[in-house]
Formats: sequence, C-alpha cells, structure tokens
Amino acid sequence: MTRSALRTGRMLQVAGASAAALLTLSACSSATGSDKGSSPGKPSGTVTVFAAASLEESFKTLGKRFEKEHPGTKVTFNFGGSDTLAASITSGAPADVFAAASTKTMATVTDQQDAAGTPATFVRNRLEIATPPGNPDRISTLKDLTKPGLKVVLCDKTVPCGAAARKALDAGGLKLTPVSYEQDVKSALTKVELKEADAAVVYQTDVRAAGDKVAGVNFPESAQAVNDYPIALLKNAPNPKAAKAFIALVRSAEGHKVLSRAGFLKP
Amino acid sequence: MPIPLLVPALLGLAFLLLPLIALLVRAPWRSLPEQLTSAEVWEALRLSLVCATAATGLSLVVGVPLAWLLARTRFPGRGFVRALVTLPLVLPPVVGGVALLLAFGRNGVIGQWLDSWFGITLPFTTTGVVLAETFVAMPFLVISVEGTLRAADPRYEEAATTLGASRFTAFRRVTLPLIAPGIAAGAVLAWARALGEFGATITFAGNFPGRTQTMPLAVYLALQNDPAAAIALSLVLLAVSIAVLAALRDRWMTAS
Repeated sequence: MTRSALRTGRMLQVAGASAAALLTLSACSSATGSDKGSSPGKPSGTVTVFAAASLEESFKTLGKRFEKEHPGTKVTFNFGGSDTLAASITSGAPADVFAAASTKTMATVTDQQDAAGTPATFVRNRLEIATPPGNPDRISTLKDLTKPGLKVVLCDKTVPCGAAARKALDAGGLKLTPVSYEQDVKSALTKVELKEADAAVVYQTDVRAAGDKVAGVNFPESAQAVNDYPIALLKNAPNPKAAKAFIALVRSAEGHKVLSRAGFLKP
Repeated sequence: MPIPLLVPALLGLAFLLLPLIALLVRAPWRSLPEQLTSAEVWEALRLSLVCATAATGLSLVVGVPLAWLLARTRFPGRGFVRALVTLPLVLPPVVGGVALLLAFGRNGVIGQWLDSWFGITLPFTTTGVVLAETFVAMPFLVISVEGTLRAADPRYEEAATTLGASRFTAFRRVTLPLIAPGIAAGAVLAWARALGEFGATITFAGNFPGRTQTMPLAVYLALQNDPAAAIALSLVLLAVSIAVLAALRDRWMTAS
C-alpha cells in the first residue's frame, strides 16, 4: 500500500467513525419515536411523567401498578422541583404528563398552551417541620425556627414548598433567615437527614416518606398554605393514550388510596 | 484540505459555537442594563469572583507542592496517588459535594471534630463554597503544573544542589521561575473551573444570596422563573470566560 493510499484509508476510517456516531445519535431519537402508542385500544409504550419531587414515592408505586395492569407499557419518571419541570416542559422536553406541586407552576405550562385541557387537582399537601430524630432542639412551633443559632433550610421561593413556607411564615407574622434556599423539597429534607440542618420546612408527605430518619412537627400556620397538586396531559405528549390511562389511575379510588397512605390530603 | 477531515471539523466547530451564538441572539439586550445593575447579580458575581480566587489561592499553596511531589520524587504507589488526585476531574461534582458533606459536614468524619473542638461548621458558609470549588478545581492545577515540571529539565536543579543549594532553595530559586508559565496556566484553568462550579457548591454549601449563592447557582435558579435574568447572568459568565481565554491566548490561541 502506498503512503497516500494508507492516508486515505485512515481518513475514511475517521469519517466512518463519525458517521457511525451520528447514526447512533439518530437511532436514539427514533427509538423514542417508536414508543408511540399508535395502535387503537389498549395503552402501550412508554409514558413519560414529569412529577413534583414530593410525589416520588407514591408515583413510583402507581407506576409499577400501571405497568402491571397494562402489560407492554413502561412508566418513566422525571422527579424534580415543579418549577424546573415546568421550565423544561415549556422549552420542549418530551413529556406526556405533568403533575405539579402548585397551581402556579402548572400555570407556567398552561400559560404557554402546553397542556391539553384543564389541569385537575388530584391531591393537596400540607407543610410540616422536619427535624432530626428525637427533635433535639425541641421545636414545637413555627416561631421556634426563628431562634438564633438554629440552622433552618427552606425551599427556594421559586419552588412550591418554598412559596408555601413563605406564605405560612407571613401568616404567622414571622421573619426567618434560613441558612440555605434549596432547589427542591427533597434536598431540603436531605440536609436534615444528614443532620447538617436543625430543621427544614417540608411537606407532611416528605416527613412520612423519610420514616424514622426525621421527626415531624405540625404547626397551625400550615393551614394557610395548603398546596393544590394539579395533574395535566400535555399537548405535545408523545403517547397521549397511555398518558390518559395513567392520569385516570392517579385520580381513581385506587390512586387515592396510595396517595393518602403517603400523607396526601383529599382535594 | 481533505474533505473527510474538513466536514467533521466544521461540524464540530459549529456544534461548539451555535449555543453561544444562540445565547447572544436571544439575549434581552434592551432590558440588559436593568438586569445587570440589580444588587443580586453583583452580589452573586462578587461572591463568585472572591470564592474562585480564594479557591485558586488555596490550590496554589497545596497544589504546587503536590505536583512537585508527583513529578520529582519516587515513592511506592505514586501512580495510585496521581490517579487519586485526578479523581475529582472525572467525579460528578454533585458526588463530590456529597463526599464533602460526609467529610466536613457537621456530622462528617472530620467535621464533627471541627464542630466540637473549634465550633467551626463549614456547610452553608462562604468557606464551604471555597472548599467545594477547591476540591473540584485543584486537580486542574496539579495536572498542569506536574506536566510542566516533567517537561522542565531537572539538571538545572541538580546543578543548583551540587553548587550547595538545599533542595528547597533549588525549588524556590530555580524550579519555580522555570515553571512559572505552567503554574500561571494551571491557576487560570483552576480559577475558571472554580468560577463555573455548580454541583459540589449547591450540595455542600447550599444556596443563600450573598453567602453561598454564586453565579452558576443564580443562573440555575433564575432560569426557573425569570429566563431573561438567567440569560443576562449567563452573558456575564461568558464575558468572564472570554477574558480568561484572552489571558491564556499566548498558550492556546496562538498555538502553532
């Protein structure tokens, strides 16, 4: 083989490798496309659910039930701060269902005409104070959180749990300076679980889900800041049929049983 | 110019440039002065600059000697140590943040003693931000300095020691001036990495305006409810990055 032939051969190899890379990329995107539940009748394929971080445990349970009830389906979840999820949906993230922790974050999606139909409130959630096990700082009221030297974490005000916490604090006429505004409710709770923070204002459901890793303290001001959780089918849903079936399961008596076991309140 | 090289090269270039161009195209130029004069932006920028600089300083103080140790001495397990040093380069920063919490958190392996002996807690503090950034950025400096040290001729140091200089004097008077450009480049790299640090910072130091909310955290949170502000903040970081590149132009931009 001559030198130049060798060189061309190498170049072709490189070109081939890049072409292969591109093919792999496009194969990825066509794989999601083939998941569309196009056949009439039973729901099939993948349902992509964007849900508030606080829904994680109950929705995972419901997802497993859904897959069992409808063989051939798969539910994939993206849990996070409702505001983050809403922002990614309005910028075109491929999701079928959005379950938010507040009507305000759902409005971000409906304002952009990204939801199909009107969102329905399926549960409500109340705030609670989470403390390390045994409540070492003897926190009994929301006012106790304003004690100097206490490390309290709140959710950021853009996240529903942060907005609700602010509402509750305002209702009690309290001023609280936290050590951190966390980006979602789970990271606020984690700071307490790791005992880095002395307390966090989170949802009742999070305290219950954390089991004995945290202790919960109820406070009356939380009644002023109960969050409605709306759920909606998205306009650009790749798999609307299965998505509708999943929403139906969430709103069914069976769905409510799972959700109320997690501590959610009836709408 | 061979086409099989040119086409992927141009594709790659376009791929790297398009997002930056999009940022400029979609920038809210009209409201930009307003966005950038808000106190929160300056607070976040000031904090970012201060923390990145402190992290770079800390990296220099311990990173240069570490690079020297790796490049100029022989000890068993040196390859393993070098692998450990580069680990934060490949570790997802959030994992780094969790690891820092477990080490220096209030209940951490070392943090609990810091708390009970000195009353020092690091999470949720500006010092915590500096530590998180140092953890992520220092490997860049160590690798860069170590590379320069390996390329530098050790005979100058040997000559200095044969003329009666102690090994430390030789390092200070001969080696350091010799590798100064490498140290500078490493420091700029580490500084830029520290400036952009997000995962380890938000995990270890939390997010509080003026104390631990650096620019990347501000960008991320602004994106949720005020995309225009997020773009404005991103432009500031982009400008800073370009300034860093300009500072490095002798090394990279005019590479022959």
